[in-house]
Amino acid sequence: MMRIWENNPELEVIHLTMRFGGLTAIGDLSFNIARKQITALIGPNGAGKTTVFNCITGFYKPTEGMLKLTHEDGKTFLLERMDDFMVNRVAHVARTFQNIRLFAGMTVVENLMVAQHNALMNASGFTIGALFGSKGYKRADAEAIENSKYWLDKVGLMNRADDPAGDLSYGAQRRLEIARAMCTKPRLLCLDEPAAGLNPRESDELNKLLLSIRDDHGVAIILIEHDMSVVMGISDHIVVLDYGRKIADGTPDEIKSDPAVIRAYLGVEDEDAPVEILKEAAAMHRAELREAGNTKTKPTKPVLTAKKPIAKKAVRK
Amino acid sequence: MSAPVKSGSGGFETKILSNAQIAKDLFYTALITFPILVPIVAIRTQLDQGVLTWHSRFWLASCLALAVVIARGLMHFLVWNPRAAASLDVSASAKPTSAKRLSLSDRIGPYVSRGLLIFGLLLPIVAHLGHAIGIELPSFGELRLVDLATYILIYVMLGWGLNVVVGLAGLLDLGYVAFYAVGAYSYALLSTVYFPRWFGTGVVPFAFYITMPIAGLLAACWGVILGFPVLRLRGDYLAIVTLAFGEIIRLVLINWFSFTQGPQGINVPKLTFFGLKFKDEPGGFADFVSTHFFPLAYNRVQGYIFLYYVILAMALATYFITKKLRRLPIGRAWEALREDEIACRSLGINTTNTKLTAFAIGAMFGGFSGSFFAARQGFVSPESFVYIESALILAIVVLGGLGSQIGIVFSAVAIMGSFEIFREMDFMKAVLPTGTEPIQFRMLFVGLAMVLMMRFRPRGFVTKREPTVYLKEKKAISGDLVAEGHG
Repeated sequence: MMRIWENNPELEVIHLTMRFGGLTAIGDLSFNIARKQITALIGPNGAGKTTVFNCITGFYKPTEGMLKLTHEDGKTFLLERMDDFMVNRVAHVARTFQNIRLFAGMTVVENLMVAQHNALMNASGFTIGALFGSKGYKRADAEAIENSKYWLDKVGLMNRADDPAGDLSYGAQRRLEIARAMCTKPRLLCLDEPAAGLNPRESDELNKLLLSIRDDHGVAIILIEHDMSVVMGISDHIVVLDYGRKIADGTPDEIKSDPAVIRAYLGVEDEDAPVEILKEAAAMHRAELREAGNTKTKPTKPVLTAKKPIAKKAVRK
Repeated sequence: MSAPVKSGSGGFETKILSNAQIAKDLFYTALITFPILVPIVAIRTQLDQGVLTWHSRFWLASCLALAVVIARGLMHFLVWNPRAAASLDVSASAKPTSAKRLSLSDRIGPYVSRGLLIFGLLLPIVAHLGHAIGIELPSFGELRLVDLATYILIYVMLGWGLNVVVGLAGLLDLGYVAFYAVGAYSYALLSTVYFPRWFGTGVVPFAFYITMPIAGLLAACWGVILGFPVLRLRGDYLAIVTLAFGEIIRLVLINWFSFTQGPQGINVPKLTFFGLKFKDEPGGFADFVSTHFFPLAYNRVQGYIFLYYVILAMALATYFITKKLRRLPIGRAWEALREDEIACRSLGINTTNTKLTAFAIGAMFGGFSGSFFAARQGFVSPESFVYIESALILAIVVLGGLGSQIGIVFSAVAIMGSFEIFREMDFMKAVLPTGTEPIQFRMLFVGLAMVLMMRFRPRGFVTKREPTVYLKEKKAISGDLVAEGHG
């Protein structure tokens, strides 16, 4: 069966491997992100999801593998070879962060204006033109403000436009971060746990927002999420990671019934499942890891409860 | 008269006055001011060998009346004009219906900058008139006051320059004096050695006007040169490297004797009035004015007043350029960089270039003020560019409130002015150990003041950040939310 993400995908992740010293955070991971679709990247804590994001957005340079982004017009970018800011500027990949990274001391609308830096910078004639009051810059500035207003309206923050971003509630900050990322006019939007800390009503609104971004703006979305109502509700394609390896890849329905996923991530539905199966799964997993040269995992810890076997490095540059 | 009416709700409501109304208002002002000034100023009694005589000084009374009229005119156009007020500040445009009572600082805030501007423009006139009518601050001569104001303004300008790097971009720079030195030595070497060699000695009187932009550019180049190696450094490491850079420049100036004449320093031509020297000689400024325009006696003060207006113009240019830059994408990128560098990179901002421009523009202002410093002193030596100068400038920026331009004016006046006050406090000798001067305790005082300041007002005089763009209402941002930068 031909899957939508197999034909002319937005992003191809090809044999991606990321090692931190002896630790393999991602091992030989390959998957595709379909154009104008929502792809969810799920997996237990420490599975390497954020590392994948950091590789896609250029914050990490992968040890091995290729990240091939193809725009609709056929332009191809090899993201692993680009600087992090170029990934956004040229390849039009935008992202949000797991721990929100807004410019807290700047107002909401300023946050959105900063996101349009490159377009404004070009219009300002690298500042010199704008210092002398060039008309082109004034026009670009007005357009940027209009664009900001559009996104503020979209995420429902219009009445908070002139408040500092740090004063917003958690859910509003998450929405603002998405709006800020969208202001860079991306083709691929990477959302790192957008629903974390949201109440059910807020995550419902988030779903609507993401669907609108997909349908009205034609942007491909890849999101990391633990909230299954979001994941199963809106994604078109789900990739499941565990210990840096892909264990499943398919539509939400397929994933729901995938035994490997149930074993490794969603938990065993049948409470009477023999303990042997779990032990076997754990043993298999450990063997696989040993093969991958991963020696740091505690061998006695059962897979299902292993929370953070892989130390996550904070994004640091 | 048609002065602004204070409305009951706490906001100011202003009537829009036509130019004719303003002219009428100014005419009445003159009509009232001059008769008042006649008995006070214009007629002066004198006890001359036991005989009471009087002489008239109507010209002085006219000058004062004119000053009052000009000041009132400026108030009309800058402060009471609703259009100017709306473009310059928000409190005028804020709706009077807003129930939030404005705090005192919010209400007077918008007027402070304009008040300072008017004060700055009129200072030499005030000092001159004060001198003429016999009002003088104790042992502050007319010349002394203008000279002190010039000195303070150099630090205001340096503070504004460093504010770009530390306050806006959040990069801690402990070696800012290096750029000041580059500017001063650029002027010194170009005007005494290279310009005479390249263009002949005829160009020397104009050297300042040609060299100042070059000095700024050279300092900006050094800013970039310093910027490159420190791009990857943050916080403490950045501070240490910039500190070292400041010392390296000074040591090079001391030890490269063949180029800089080392610790001997260089005598440089003083600032001229576009080629006219402030000297009592044919071809001097006073002589030129006398022959071409109106009789003017030579007075040392003329040179000082000119110096004052030059640095005032330079400082104001720094102020307005920085203010403008803050509203442009580059300035927003600086502030975003201070807030969160990683987020900046995720939004496609080249943080390397952004940091370099901050270093370069900050250094450029340092270079400008350095060349002015050299032209004012008539002498440069490495002694003037020691670390303590960097520390003082940084103290001015921190005390003023990171990122705040008006705060820096106050802190520069407080710190540099207090040094001068210590010079004047002879009465302190009664309590101090014999053989010591009050001035020797100035750093102790500044240190204590800084400690107290950090205890009670850790974010400086002005803690609020003004947003660069707003949709409906401009709201100042509390300093607690604004990041201080991580280097």
